[in-house]
Amino acid sequence: MRLSFKIAARFLKFNLAQTFLIVTGIAIGVSVQVFIGLLIQGLQQDLVNTTIGNSPQITISATKEAAVIENWEEAIDEIKENEPGLSAISAAADGPAFLLKDDRSDPVIVRGWIFEDAEGIYSIEEKLVEGRLPKEGEVIAGLNLKDELGLSLNEEMKLATASGRIEEYRISGFYDFRVSSINSSWVITDIKTAQGLFDYGDEVTSIEMQVQDVFAADIIADSINNRIDNEDLIIDNWKAQNQELLSGLNGQSISSIMIQVFVMISVVLGISSVLAITVMQKSKEIGILKAMGIRDGDASRIFLLQGLILGVFGAMLGVALGLGLSVAFTTFALNPDGTPVIAFYINYGFIALSGGIAILASLVASFIPARKSLKLNPIEVIRNG
Amino acid sequence: MADIIKLEKVSKIYGDKIKTQVLFDLDLAFERGSFNSIIGASGSGKSTLLNIIGTLDKPTAGKVLIGDRDVSILAKKQLADLRNSTLGFIFQFHYLLPEFTALENVLMPHRIKGGGVDKSTFKKAEELMDMVGLSKVKNNPANNMSGGQQQRTAIARALMNNPEIILADEPTGNLDSDSTENIYKNLREINERSETTFVIITHDRRIAEKADRIVEIKDGKIEMDVSR
Repeated sequence: MRLSFKIAARFLKFNLAQTFLIVTGIAIGVSVQVFIGLLIQGLQQDLVNTTIGNSPQITISATKEAAVIENWEEAIDEIKENEPGLSAISAAADGPAFLLKDDRSDPVIVRGWIFEDAEGIYSIEEKLVEGRLPKEGEVIAGLNLKDELGLSLNEEMKLATASGRIEEYRISGFYDFRVSSINSSWVITDIKTAQGLFDYGDEVTSIEMQVQDVFAADIIADSINNRIDNEDLIIDNWKAQNQELLSGLNGQSISSIMIQVFVMISVVLGISSVLAITVMQKSKEIGILKAMGIRDGDASRIFLLQGLILGVFGAMLGVALGLGLSVAFTTFALNPDGTPVIAFYINYGFIALSGGIAILASLVASFIPARKSLKLNPIEVIRNG
Repeated sequence: MADIIKLEKVSKIYGDKIKTQVLFDLDLAFERGSFNSIIGASGSGKSTLLNIIGTLDKPTAGKVLIGDRDVSILAKKQLADLRNSTLGFIFQFHYLLPEFTALENVLMPHRIKGGGVDKSTFKKAEELMDMVGLSKVKNNPANNMSGGQQQRTAIARALMNNPEIILADEPTGNLDSDSTENIYKNLREINERSETTFVIITHDRRIAEKADRIVEIKDGKIEMDVSR
């Protein structure tokens, strides 16, 4: 083994320019693999964050007949205890209402939250553009609603429910969710205020959750469904509600895998063809070594080790290049506001995998020349000079 | 003395469709510790004969025995080990590994044998280099030496594992007459000191005449076989 390694290393060192060329070839393959992989992963994460990052990914709501969730606090405790995959959970008391202003009456959705819990899902404090979060008897409205109706801070907002009740609340602030349908329809308030407005008593209408792995939302939702097993409740998850987004993300993943597979195939073909040529180049040396009594296994191991050495150096250089490309991309490809077009998420597992696959591919590629060297008969070399 | 190399009815035919017979039913044996030369015109089959003795080539028919062992029944690994420890080759063209220095080339058979290179091994390699007059260039890359130097390095390499048999094909073919004289003196010394058997192909009658025995091959048959 040591001798094979020594000879392999010496062969590579002897043809340094050629070795450098092969290593560069592998490195370019790996760097493309790393760069494209990280780019697409970053893109996906960005997309997921912007679309579902600030909204509940699993929602438990009451059926129309039940209207409210009873014993919701116990349900939350039970879910918290048994579902480790959750990152946030929050109850909400929601209901439809009309906002009465001058002669107009606009339909709105009143959402009553416990702000400490809701913050984990909606990051509402970040979204607040004016004023402060509402206390009991206060509300906040979206920017679109504010502009449409000419609302102003500390003004009283008149809300009418379907049951005919009309209440007035002070506007303590305005938010911007950057989604106009939300900005023009949600009136957010404290949970107690909403419960009072809609006569819910102490009950709520929905429990909203975020999960750590967004793509596992459906599995967690199923598990919660089995645990609660209550026909009065509907459990939904973002994957079921956003089939189009999901198929888009899947499409991206598949195209990314396709690109990576083809890059790898070209790397393998490149390495094996070049290594096959090196056997031809080194057939004289192998013949001499065989005449001196080197065993066939040791002779073919020379080529496997060459493949391994090339793979390791190619992978290291490729990972460095790929990371460099990614850093350059985030540094130079910027939005007008200075943020990167696509934020990169450095996924060490993926990088290690790309490098590992390249090393494995080099090793596999070197099997062909290794096999060829087994068949090499020293007499051919000696007879032909 | 006992025969260390024995050929029984060895024939060699090259080619499948157009068959060329190079050796015809040769019966030949070499005694242990003898110094033999094989002469013959080019194309007479003498190199083929040497390659068959050296287990690099296989006879089409007949048997080759090296030290009582029939080489045709040896496994590939055993053949490799036989070439490494029992046989030493000196080829017509030096055949060094250009990736290694002269001294590393000399040490190669020892490394292939699986031995680590300790001080005594190193010293032995240096002595061999000294013997062939190359102590000054021993650390040169193999391809950075003259043809004669490379050939002498190949001779040192063949001697490294103290083989029982040295097979040489025109070992001094491209050396000047002084060097040739010197090398043969050395080989003869080794032959007398360690009872190494030598089978040397040469076209140089003067050299051949210094051997204990001259075998002349003509058209694949033994034309003449004289011992002194």
